[in-house]
Amino acid sequence: MKDVKVLGPGCKRCETAEEMVRAAADRLGIATQIEKVTDYAEIARYGAASTPGIVVDGKLVHAGGLPREEALEAWLSA
Amino acid sequence: MSASDLAEAPSPAERRPSPFLWYGGTAAALALWFLVYRGLKPAAELVTGLLPVARESRLGEAIAFFLYDTPKVLMLLSLIVFAMGVVHSFFSAEKTRAFLSGRREGAGNVMAAGLGILTPFCSCSAIPLFIGFVQAGIPLGVTFSFLIAAPMVNEVALGLLFGLVGWQVALLYLAFGLGIAIASGWLIGRLGMEFWLQDWVRELNATGGCCRPAETRLTGPERIREGIASMKEIVGRVWLWILAGIAVGAGIHGYVPAELMARVMGAEAWWSVPAAIGLGIPMYSSAAGIIPVVEALLDKGAALGTTLAFMMSVLALSLPEIVILKKVLKGRLIALFVAIVGTGILAVGFLFNILFG
Repeated sequence: MKDVKVLGPGCKRCETAEEMVRAAADRLGIATQIEKVTDYAEIARYGAASTPGIVVDGKLVHAGGLPREEALEAWLSA
Repeated sequence: MSASDLAEAPSPAERRPSPFLWYGGTAAALALWFLVYRGLKPAAELVTGLLPVARESRLGEAIAFFLYDTPKVLMLLSLIVFAMGVVHSFFSAEKTRAFLSGRREGAGNVMAAGLGILTPFCSCSAIPLFIGFVQAGIPLGVTFSFLIAAPMVNEVALGLLFGLVGWQVALLYLAFGLGIAIASGWLIGRLGMEFWLQDWVRELNATGGCCRPAETRLTGPERIREGIASMKEIVGRVWLWILAGIAVGAGIHGYVPAELMARVMGAEAWWSVPAAIGLGIPMYSSAAGIIPVVEALLDKGAALGTTLAFMMSVLALSLPEIVILKKVLKGRLIALFVAIVGTGILAVGFLFNILFG
């Protein structure tokens, strides 16, 4: 079970990023638990200075802008 | 296998045509761009001539203006947004943060303002960025220099100014935008306003920054793809605004008498600069659409300083941004921020009106 957190205060891109994570997980058939983190203090704690950010199993793998599909799949299947 | 190993696994770009095809294709596209750009004016005149309207009439004037300006502005904007997209792919907020942490004020303000242009920035990231910077021990004033420059001197503003008024004005805008960001940030730093951060931000401050996302190294073709992606995204978002703006501009072009505009927004009316700034603060989302109107205003005798002040105010001092900033800054610091940046814009407005009035 992958634990994925999408960091972002709730702008449109953050929602798109969450959808991308969900779609990639479905495509790869990986069981994931996706959680949205909107609290600024919480986002800062993961070390992201730009949003949307993506945290996989507690580790920040992406920050700022939408992730690339192929990179996203790599993080999820790691 | 760790995440960073996997991040370097072959990406589709490498399975597609070779890098040389990408570079060659980009060069060919740029050459084509240049050819089309040079042909715009004759084409617009040709099309206007085909219409059953006298070229010298007001309507003819307005149509020719619209037919020439629309593709010209869209093409210049696309080019600049593409170029900035490629440049942005070399930077990230996290890298900039690492670079700025430990910098002193002064030089730090200059670097922060410059990086504000080069680092990809979206206004919904403003708060995480602010917190992230303060947390990493970047001085408050240096953080502000970044946060003022990033929205004010952006690729859309520069691209539109370039397209509508000329590259000289775009360059001046760049220089003065940076100047305001550096000076305002420095001043805020001097005033020692750390106490006026919201309490929870100051508490975070003590915990210190921790991590950076795993680096992914991009190839040349991937950077070109980034440029194309941001061009599609940004131009796709603003083209309708620009079209509407130019249509309004074309309307003014043909119809509003020049003397009236010069009296209201000309260099003689000193109060027009503060009025333009006041008008700009509540405006936000339509930044792209308002600028073509601005060009028509200039064309009709509105002063350059007044017009630039208006634009800077729309971009750097927006009401929604102030509301968001309230989450991290106490009221007094926000008021100071608005006052300092507003004064800077005011000074630039007056200066331009004196220099070019």
